[in-house]
Amino acid sequence: MSTPTAATPSPLVVLSSVNKHFGALHVLKDVDLTVDRGEVVVVLGPSGSGKSTLCRTINRLETIDSGTITIDGRPVPAEGKELAQLRAKVGMVFQSFNLFAHKTALENVLLGPVKVKGIKRGAAETRGRELLTRVGIAAQADKDPAQLSGGQQQRVAIARALAMDPMVMLFDEPTSALDPEMINEVLDVMTSLAKSGMTMIVVTHEMGFARRAADRVVFMDEGRIVEQAEPEKFFTAPESARTQDFLSKILTH
Amino acid sequence: MNDVLDNLDVFLRGFRTTVSLTLLAAIGALILGTLIAAMRVSPVPPLRWAGATYVRLVRNTPLTVVFFLVVFGLPEVDVKLSFFRFALLALTVYTAAFVAEAVRSGINSVPAGQAEASRSIGMTFSQTLRLVVLPQAFANIVPPLASVFIALLKNTSIASAFFIFEGIQAMNQLIQKFGDSVLPIIAATAVGYLVLALLSAFLFGLLERAVSAGR
Repeated sequence: MSTPTAATPSPLVVLSSVNKHFGALHVLKDVDLTVDRGEVVVVLGPSGSGKSTLCRTINRLETIDSGTITIDGRPVPAEGKELAQLRAKVGMVFQSFNLFAHKTALENVLLGPVKVKGIKRGAAETRGRELLTRVGIAAQADKDPAQLSGGQQQRVAIARALAMDPMVMLFDEPTSALDPEMINEVLDVMTSLAKSGMTMIVVTHEMGFARRAADRVVFMDEGRIVEQAEPEKFFTAPESARTQDFLSKILTH
Repeated sequence: MNDVLDNLDVFLRGFRTTVSLTLLAAIGALILGTLIAAMRVSPVPPLRWAGATYVRLVRNTPLTVVFFLVVFGLPEVDVKLSFFRFALLALTVYTAAFVAEAVRSGINSVPAGQAEASRSIGMTFSQTLRLVVLPQAFANIVPPLASVFIALLKNTSIASAFFIFEGIQAMNQLIQKFGDSVLPIIAATAVGYLVLALLSAFLFGLLERAVSAGR
């Protein structure tokens, strides 16, 4: 009898022939992407390549024009209760953190579990404090977002997403709005999350993180997936000329 | 002047109705207006359209016409209410359009990322609005609402033409009786509205300070 192991690929997020336009601009062109359970996929590419949009279509913050997206075997539903239920299981971390400005760090983490999952406040608070400890923010639990540094806010945002026990975590350029000295504190949290077996789709410009934590690197340009490979191969022996050009521009310094 | 002072009870009776019309219509308009604003930002296109159409129609119709439509139109479909309730309905329906615009501009002042984050953790549209967006929008809604409700206070005077004894009717009654004191009576009426409007502005000022201190 065989038991499923990490070595048995089982698709969790599947995009097939996804197309998306912003007016006349064709931002996603026939995108196919499969992300397996437990896999960490890093999406790289120049600005305007469609990588953020790709990330946002997965929990339908952006609608798509054609193609299909399934999560855990089920198509992403249209607007309504079912979509909300799906989003509850898909964690999202934004470039601009988007912590609820009128709530403390702890309350940011509690809102979803209490209001969406219906967990009792006491139990949710115990778990919420654990998560804040895990991301290194326990001492700031009762502060408002405006009192926290960017790096601290982003770590709270990660804890807020984790509090929903997501099947998959989406990161949309999570360190792009941070001061350089705060980037590592966020990447460290993400790296340990990746090691814990969380399925992650990470849109980023952090090549170090891609090398260290990714199972696979996906390179996008002009709305298409140009190349995907294991990080080692991607960075040392990229196949397409476009990838080579991109890497030569960012890795020379 | 004596004619005014001797008949303060008439003014008080009239302005009491002005105040109750204002307060009750304000509550009704706040509820209805917030619902319409919610429709206007909802993800369902027909609701958005209905909300926008309501505002477009009602805001561009003179209040007097709204009163006529309510008072003469509703009995046609067998809705028969007291004149006070008809007046209340007309004022509520009319003011709701302005409340809706104030609430909508407040909602639009909250960064879009707040609603996106809320939806991302699985909150429904109404939870997002109630728990995340409106609490943050409130501080920006209070100042325009003050203007809307002061306009409402003065708009209650239209009810005088529909058999409601309020501030203007009190004035009319006294003018009929004391023809020599027309100007003092009019001045006293103006002072009545002025005091009520200044009181509203003062209370809204307190509320404004309270909500901005909470931020």
